[in-house]
Order: sequence, then C-alpha cells, then structure tokens
Amino acid sequence: MSTLGAKVQQVFDEPGCATNQAKPTKERKKGCNKMLAPGAAAGGCAFDGAKIALQPITDVAHLIHGPIGCEGHSWDNRGAKSSGPMLYRTSFTTAMQENDIIFGGEKHLYHAIKEIVEKHNPPAVFVYQTCVPAMIGDDIEAVCKAAAKKVGRPVIPVNVPGFVGSKNLGNKLAGEALLDYVIGTEEPKFTTPYDINIIGEYNLSGELWQVKPLLDELGIRILACISGDAKYHEVASSHRAKAAMMVCSKAMINVARKMEERYGIPFFEGSFYGIGDMSESLRQIAQLLVDRGAPAELLERTEAIIQREEAKAWQQIAPYRERLAGKRVLLFTGGVKSWSVVAALQEAGLEITGTSVKKSTPDDKKRIKELVKEDAHMYDDLRPREMYAMLKEARADIMLSGGRTQFVALKAKMPWLDINQERHHAYAGYVGIVALVNEIDKALHNPIWEQVRKPAPWETAATAEAREYHIA
Amino acid sequence: MAKVVVSQKHCTVNPLKMSQPIGAALAYMGIENAMPLLHGSQGCTSFGLVLFVRHFREAIPMQTTALSEVATVLGGFENVEQALVNIASRTKPSLIGICTTGISEIKGDDVSGFLKLIRASHPELDPIALVSASTPDFAGAFQDGWATAVTRIIEELVEVPVTSKRPTRRVNVLPGCHLTPGDLDELRDIFEAFSLDPVFLPDLSGSLDGHIPTEFTPTTLGGITVAQIRRMGSALCTVAIGEQMHGAAITLEHRTGVPYKLFKRLTGLAANDELMAHLSHIGGVPVPQKYRRQRSQLVDAMLDGHFHFGGKRVALAAEPDLLSTMAHWLHEMGCEVQAAITTTQSPALESLPVDEVVIGDLEDLEMRASGADLLITHSHGRQASERLGIPLFRIGIPVFDRLGAGHQVTVGYRGTRDLIFAVGNLFLADVHEPSPATWMPVEQQELVSIQVQ
Repeated sequence: MSTLGAKVQQVFDEPGCATNQAKPTKERKKGCNKMLAPGAAAGGCAFDGAKIALQPITDVAHLIHGPIGCEGHSWDNRGAKSSGPMLYRTSFTTAMQENDIIFGGEKHLYHAIKEIVEKHNPPAVFVYQTCVPAMIGDDIEAVCKAAAKKVGRPVIPVNVPGFVGSKNLGNKLAGEALLDYVIGTEEPKFTTPYDINIIGEYNLSGELWQVKPLLDELGIRILACISGDAKYHEVASSHRAKAAMMVCSKAMINVARKMEERYGIPFFEGSFYGIGDMSESLRQIAQLLVDRGAPAELLERTEAIIQREEAKAWQQIAPYRERLAGKRVLLFTGGVKSWSVVAALQEAGLEITGTSVKKSTPDDKKRIKELVKEDAHMYDDLRPREMYAMLKEARADIMLSGGRTQFVALKAKMPWLDINQERHHAYAGYVGIVALVNEIDKALHNPIWEQVRKPAPWETAATAEAREYHIA
Repeated sequence: MAKVVVSQKHCTVNPLKMSQPIGAALAYMGIENAMPLLHGSQGCTSFGLVLFVRHFREAIPMQTTALSEVATVLGGFENVEQALVNIASRTKPSLIGICTTGISEIKGDDVSGFLKLIRASHPELDPIALVSASTPDFAGAFQDGWATAVTRIIEELVEVPVTSKRPTRRVNVLPGCHLTPGDLDELRDIFEAFSLDPVFLPDLSGSLDGHIPTEFTPTTLGGITVAQIRRMGSALCTVAIGEQMHGAAITLEHRTGVPYKLFKRLTGLAANDELMAHLSHIGGVPVPQKYRRQRSQLVDAMLDGHFHFGGKRVALAAEPDLLSTMAHWLHEMGCEVQAAITTTQSPALESLPVDEVVIGDLEDLEMRASGADLLITHSHGRQASERLGIPLFRIGIPVFDRLGAGHQVTVGYRGTRDLIFAVGNLFLADVHEPSPATWMPVEQQELVSIQVQ
C-alpha cells in the first residue's frame, strides 16, 4: 500500500496543473483529494474513474479483482464505441467470495488471468485492484508479473481501490498505469510527420468519429487516442507521436505532461465542443505538427477546412436560431465542459441563466465569466431542491446535466437534455454542435410540455398551482 | 428435482449477479421518507445508484459513509456517526437504513453497537428509525440482501401487540424483490377486492412507481410508513411471496404471533387459483366476479398461446425466486427450460422443472443457450442475444434499455395473461419462413447450392 500512497502523492503534486501550482508548497502536497463528507457525498470512486479512462481500449480484457459489487453493478454501461474489437464489452471479474477473503485472492486472480487468455487470447489483460483485496493485502503487481510471464503477454496492474479517492484520482492513476506499463513498450509500424495523440477522449457515442474525418482529410493520423476506440498496440506505441491534444483537462493531465517530459511530445489543451473550440483545436494541432517539422502548408489547408466547416455549421444552425433565441439554459456539468459548452450554446442563440462551477478550475471560471452575461449565476454547489425550485418557477427553460439530476427537471415538468457520459447522442465537432442544437430544439418544442403541465379537469388551476409551487 | 451445480470457473464472465448491499438498499426504498446508507466506499453507493436510476428512471435516494483508506483500517465509527448526523440535518428522513459492504464487514465494524453509542450522544436522531443489516458483497446475492433488510426491519421496528385481539381486515404482505412496483399495485387491487386492507413491506409501488410528486424530496417519495410497520404485529395474517421472504415471515410470526402463508410464486393459473382461494378464505367473501372473468381470460390466453409455446426451448437466467417463477410458468405452458442459471443458493431451486441449475453467470447461460428459441434474463443478456441471434425477453433488475421496467406485471390472472402475450409475441416475431430448401434432403440441398455456384 505504501507504493500506492506514494503514487497518489505524486499524482496530486502535478506540475502541469495550474490550480495545484498556485497553492503553497504544503497544501500542494496534500493535493486536491477533498475529504468526503459521510452522508453528504456523491460521485464515483477511484476504481470507477480508472475504468472510465481505460475501458475504451477495445481489444484487451478488463479484469476486475474484487467482490461482485464492484463490477456486477456497473459493467457494459458506458457508451464508448469501438470500430472493431468488442472484447472490452465483455465483463471479467474474480467475484471474490468468503474463501478468497480468508485465504487471500491472489491464486484466484492468477487463474482468472490464465482462463481469460485461454478463452479470448487478447493482446493484454488489465487488472483492476479494488478495496476488498487491497485490504486483505493481495499484491496485484506481483500476481500480474507472474501471470504475464506465464501467459506471455502484458498483464497490467491498475492499482485503484475505491477508497483512495475520487473518480478524478482514478482517471489519473489509470494514466499512471499506462505510463508505467504500456506507453513506449512497442513501436509503430511506421511514423509520419502528421502523427498525433488525443489524450482524454473516450469516443462516447462515437464522438471521435465526428472529428476524425476532418483529420483524415488533412492527412493527420491519430497514432493513438487514449483511450477512445484504442487498440493496445496503438497506446503502447503512442510515444512516437509528434504532438498531442489533451481533451478533458483534469482527467489525464499527468499522461500528457509526462509524455512531453519523457518523449518530447508537446501538447495543448483543447475541446471538440462548439464551433470556436473545434476550430481552435484544429489550428493548434496543425501548428504543433508544423513546429515539429511538418510542412507549413498544413496550416493553410487547415484554415481552408475550418472556413468551409464553420460556414457549413453556421448555415445548419441558422434555422434554429430563431426558434431558440432567448431560451434560458441551466447548465450543470463539470470542469472543462462548462465553458466549452457555454460557447457552443450561445452560438445557437441560447442564454445561459446559470451554470455549475463545482469542478472548474479558477481558469475555467474566468473563461465562463467572460462568456456569459452578468446576470448569469455561477453555482458552486446547488442542491437538487434548489434546482427544482428554479425550474418549477420557470427561471429557466431547459436544464442540461448528467443523468443523476435529470429527474429534478423532469419532475418539475421541464425539458432536460443529457450531456454526460451516459448520453446517447454525439455532440463533438462541427456536426456535433448542430446535433446538440437539434436535440435542444426537439426537447424544448416537444408537444408534451403543454399537455403535462395542464392540471386535470377536476383540479382548478389555482389549487394545482398552490399545490405544485409549495416547495418544502 | 433439479441438481444445483456451482460454476467452477475462476473468472466470472458477464455477471448475472448483483450484490447484497444494494438489494438491502432497495428494500429500504420501499419505506416512506427513507434514506438507505451504504457503509462502504463512495463507489459502492455510486454504482448502485446509477444502476437503479437506469432501471427505474427515477431519482434514487442513497447515501454513503464514504470510508477512506484510513477509516477502513481504524474502523468506521466516526463515518457512520457523521453520516447519520449529516443525513438527519440535510434531509430529515423518517428512517435511515444502513447496509454494510465488503470492506466494513472485513474490518469487523459492529454497526448495531455503533448505533447504540451514537443514539446516546445524539438526541437529534431520536425521531428517526435506524435499522442496520449485515450485507457483505462477498457472500450471497441481491435477493439475500433484500431479505436480510426486511427481516432486520421487522426485528427493529415491529411492536409486539399488547392484546391478542386482531383487526379482521388488515393483512401484511411481504413481497420478494422480484416483484415490480406494478406487481404490487396489481396485488393491492386483488386484496382490496376481497375487502382486505393489505400493507406491503417493502412497498416500492408507493416510492418507485414513477409518479410525479407534488414537491421535491431528497428521500423516498412514498412507501409504507414507519408507523404502519410498527403496527404490523397486530395484523390478521401475513402473506409472503417468494422463498426469499420465508425467513422474514417466520420472524414476524415468532415476534408477534401473526400467522403467515408463503406463496412461492404468483404467476400461472394454479398459483393464482391458490391465492384467490386463500384470500376468499381469510376475507370471508366469495371470489369477485372481476377475477372469475380474468381467470377465464387467462384460460383463453393459454389456449390461444399454447400453439406457440409448446416445445419451445428457453434459456433462463435470474435470481432464484424469479427463476423459479419463470421456469415453472414456462413449463406449464409447454416450453422446455434448456438452461437455468441463477445467482445464489435457495430452497426454490431444487423443485425446478429442470435437470440442472447452475449458480453462475451470463457466460454460463450463453454456453448452454445454443439452439434455444428464447433467452430470458436482465438487460445484460443483450450481448449474448446478439451473438447467438436469439431473441431476448428482459426481466429482473437491471432493465436499462427498455421503458417501463417498474410496470412490468407478471402476477395475478391478468399479469400472467399479459406475460403470455408478451413472450408469445416474441416467438411469433421470430418465426422462420419456409423456403423450397426447408424440407429438401441434405444431399439435394448441397447439389442445388453447387448448381447455383
């Protein structure tokens, strides 16, 4: 456990993280793992975060070492899409029982790894440590090492017992596992001056594929996406990329920064959400590649594509602007997504009436402030009860948030749109923003709203209102 | 007689099973103004919560003691104490239901002992009922967690009646976790038609039936009240549904003297005849015309449906009571249960109309399902269904890729009738159209295919 403790320390003291660097030395070492309040906490654990970050690697087996509660409740529930292999959607777990607790689970784990390789022959097996085996002292690093020797392929320990911290910490520890055991262990068949890595993009609902055709057109090759629609070999040979884009700022900053340190791959932080951000990302990718020796004409070609695509997107959004102008949006999502989505929504004529900044860095907050009107509220922590009151009193026309809070909106009979990981629609790139606007339009203008808000004939409007507006 | 076999694999592949703590948490959710609290890492709660949200499409109240690495070593007393105080001040629940998890059980936290100490120093918790259940992830399964929680609620809350006089119409109903909110609504109608006053513990039909509340509440939206639970000891009798509730029914009888009757299942003609006869007996009224009519409709549906069920082979994976319900019903409709997979030991397994029941996972199901006409399991069967090209009928928890999981009704004459239609329609939709080659001898088929090439 001491090695894990050291790893956690190291991940927290992240030189690439502006928030962390702004803190005094002592606090910096403590990192950003907020102490959770028992009875008032929400959100996933470190194991959850690690699985989010790595499970999109499609051709490997993901084996969860723990009792059934860790994997049994959560498998195959995310929308990371694959262009080929489907093994990542098969769930593997040791489902530890009482005997494992008494005698230790190491042998069980070892045999499970062997069984998986015999049945599925994957290029690698990722083994995730959870709380129970960590408590009883199962040494998964040792088991993985022994098993790798036996099965003749990489077996990667991902040491992420849930109780070490939050989902975000789990993202980072997953990144550390890649840095320690995967990245740089294989060589690409060939390289080009146009090879990039995209870090922190999970291809949810196929969003990577909304962006990829433009990169293809520019001749830019995604050497590895870490980890959306990735294959093991791609991640293992990703150290030969010329440049990298880091997509979700907080999740895998350690991977981007350390790859720059170790392999000299420069990176920038960008987003595929919204027209402006998408264009900016393409520009940055092109610029970094040119800086690393790609022919300068790439910049011109990129500008040409940006112009063409922006014009096309604006043209497609135009018909919606009239229908959406002045509609007020309550936006609840974490971190980097806030400002990038804010910009996108404003492009469609929507007004942001409030947004959450709970997971945002000071820099994120500054950017939001620049974007939204003065009367928009930035909430650090809005309780569901208050969200409900806001919607019920019609201080907003639609809420955009993650699945957990959807019923706050729906029970207030207000339109809601899912913009988190479990969503079924893809919103990236120029085509994605048009899709998002279309979804908002569909949600806002569905004919059910008028029907469901009307009181039953035997309820007078006055009594219904008195009843419904009573907020405890 | 079925032989119960435990799958001998080292690696569980595509789990069927879910764990005890969230089974217990769901039981607490059938109580009005309740807050389930998992004593474990925050992930234990988070995963369970997301699962229920996706299944019921409802807001799910569920909290965590948020054990950190340090707390798991030093013991979780402070975490339980802080969690109770925080929940009490933030959400003012009537009941907090605690479920232990793998880590708190391994540490050996004595939660019942904790509660005594916490009560002594926190008078603000006095109005709140506190119940704890021991539900480690590494033993048993979802339905065991549910059953344990219900037994613990009875032990902690039901008052021993002072007089032996019993009201003549109030009946306790102890439903297993395989019954949906829709099933409970159906049963309530049936009981009331016999002029009985049923009280369900737990009552998900009050809390997770998908209604629109008049105000926002961070706890459960409805369900049996704590006061109603306290009075269960003075009911006329108890009806328990599913083997899993046998223990709870016995506990209630020992504690209060309320006699029980166990119904192993309420799907199928004979099972419902038995229920109607029992209700008629305890209610002292004849079976109402409405249910005579429904019985007749079920008989007709069986006649219309049997053409499509007879000889069909079905591969089935579910928790023991749901498995038993479906297997017996399919058998009664003329199907052959080709594979039966379940999650945990139960007395319900031995009497199943199959040769072998496997305690295993969905890989075990997939391996035994080739050539079957239908798969029946929860939504995670979708991958096997795609790979095998066999239609899937979704039942149990979780069902996250179809609407209305909470309102799927399979109890009563009407529920059984509609189940015949729903499953029968899958058989009908999967009819293989004949072609000239269908009845052609194999050699001739080969000849034809060579000629075509």
